Amino acid sequence: MHVAHLSLTDFRSYDTVDLGLEPGVTAFVGPNGQGKTNLVEALGYVATQSSHRVATDAPLVRQGAARAIVRSVVVRDDRRALVELEINPGRANRARLNRSPVSRPRDVIGLLRTVLFAPEDLALVKGDPAERRRFLDDLLVARAPRFAGVRADYDRVLKQRGALLRTAAQARRGSRSGRRAEHDSGFAAAGAGDVLSTLEVWDAHLARQGAELLAARLELVEALRPLVAASYASLAPGSAPAGLEYRGTLSAAVDGPPAVRPGGPEEPAAAAGEAADAAAPAVAGTAAVDRAALEQALRAGLLEVRSAELERGVTLVGPHRDDLFLGLGDLPARGYASHGESWSFALALRLAAYDLLRADGGDPVLILDDVFAELDSQRRRRLAELVGPAEQVLITAAVPDDVPAELTGARFDVTGGGVSRVR
Amino acid sequence: MYEGVVQNLIDELGMLPGVGPKSAQRIAFHLLAADPTDVKRLAHALLEVKEKVRFCRICGNVAAEEECRICRDTRRDLHVICVVEESKDVVAIEKTREFRGRYHVLGGAISPIDGVGPDDLRIRELMTRLADGRVTELIIATDPNLEGEATATYLARLVKPMGLKVTRLASGLPVGGDLEYADEVTLGRAFEGRRLLDV
Repeated sequence: MHVAHLSLTDFRSYDTVDLGLEPGVTAFVGPNGQGKTNLVEALGYVATQSSHRVATDAPLVRQGAARAIVRSVVVRDDRRALVELEINPGRANRARLNRSPVSRPRDVIGLLRTVLFAPEDLALVKGDPAERRRFLDDLLVARAPRFAGVRADYDRVLKQRGALLRTAAQARRGSRSGRRAEHDSGFAAAGAGDVLSTLEVWDAHLARQGAELLAARLELVEALRPLVAASYASLAPGSAPAGLEYRGTLSAAVDGPPAVRPGGPEEPAAAAGEAADAAAPAVAGTAAVDRAALEQALRAGLLEVRSAELERGVTLVGPHRDDLFLGLGDLPARGYASHGESWSFALALRLAAYDLLRADGGDPVLILDDVFAELDSQRRRRLAELVGPAEQVLITAAVPDDVPAELTGARFDVTGGGVSRVR
Repeated sequence: MYEGVVQNLIDELGMLPGVGPKSAQRIAFHLLAADPTDVKRLAHALLEVKEKVRFCRICGNVAAEEECRICRDTRRDLHVICVVEESKDVVAIEKTREFRGRYHVLGGAISPIDGVGPDDLRIRELMTRLADGRVTELIIATDPNLEGEATATYLARLVKPMGLKVTRLASGLPVGGDLEYADEVTLGRAFEGRRLLDV
């Protein structure tokens, strides 16, 4: 797929801009702070309805304007779709597809698929586990929009359960002090019993939603592993091999059942897959079987840590506390990898995401935001070779020299809030 | 912040559902500017609703008397109770004219964020109603959202030892709709809840 047209109204620094685009390579070149990234950010917004730079929509609207509008024409298999988004910070966004309104803006997610490489990606390797969980979950949503709902449901259960645990923690403290003070703990104790009986209900829901998310993540990591290893090897030949491993909170607490045992870097999830296959020879979609086992394991895991949870008032087991471990040879990438290696690893993750989405059908649009400046000449060339064959590649760079010679195509100059085509 | 009474009014209005601080302020100033008789009528209506409207002794539905119209109706099936969150859900189900049993209004759903636990709902009253053994089926019709599902699970576990039939309303595709327009969650649920076609 490719984007044939992008027009922005009151988006970031632009009051209006109108660009015709084509398949192949397009570079946006201009000094810093002129609005190159704003252009690709807008495309990213069409794809995911979130920005890779900010968590809220307010900064996306030009200062002084009430709303921003992003229009794009997406071409896929010779079919053109006009996707229009109206960004209303603080209120519901609106979307139109081929000039007719859609009831929910998220219905147009996925019409455009992008894979965006940005300087922020370094946090995938060097940052907190939350960054890597987000990478996995965003990719899940890109592949199957249903997971946006799964993730939202899981977050909701977490919030409800967290509120309950905090109440329980307070009731415990209250009952203790009450006993000391007046020998009258009847009320508080009843409250705590109440909490326990409802806690089991929330456990069940947490386990169900969590298992669905967990099963999908495990499957995704399996699919990514060989792709990341291959991309990393071609970006940084001669370096130690890159490995991925899903590290769950469901570790030693669970004896036996599948999935998330930390151990050798290779086996755990693969073994889980085999176990599920063996257990369910006749059922189409072994994921369901996998999920039931995970759900059980999650419930057992929650029981295991219950007293600690009641003490601290937080949910201690579940996919919200898991991590995607990145390894280079025998060492963790985080803390051990050099700057260049970290960059290559981050790029390899994005390239793997691209490969995966492409395998699902529909070549996603590749966006390389200010990426080449960070790489040495060898890695630049390698990356250029890897992304060159994509249907559409959009690049931003501060100086023309940052765009590798292998990637020739259209060029726009971005200066002073204007965008003009020079080639 | 405004002077005493005005701020009091804004604070009170702001506690209503769906009314934020801005709307509360707007309503307050509308009331300040309104004709005194209009405001009196509103005040009267508010007081009257609290004084006159009662909740049914049996099911908790809004009622004008001790017991609601449905609970007084002798033609209704005493063996089936349908559990709903709010009185307005009773109205919705009554419109179908499909259900001939009686209701039990919980007064909400379990939601720790809002500080609502089982003790804040009319669950104890429900257990008392079930205790005499006349009821054979409990239909749980709480909302199909997370809190409604949690409440349903909680009730089902609580009632299980009593050995009566507990059912949950089906989730799935809207009647008369197109499959392609269903969202993924609904369609997924419909798949889960598929049933054998008996011909």
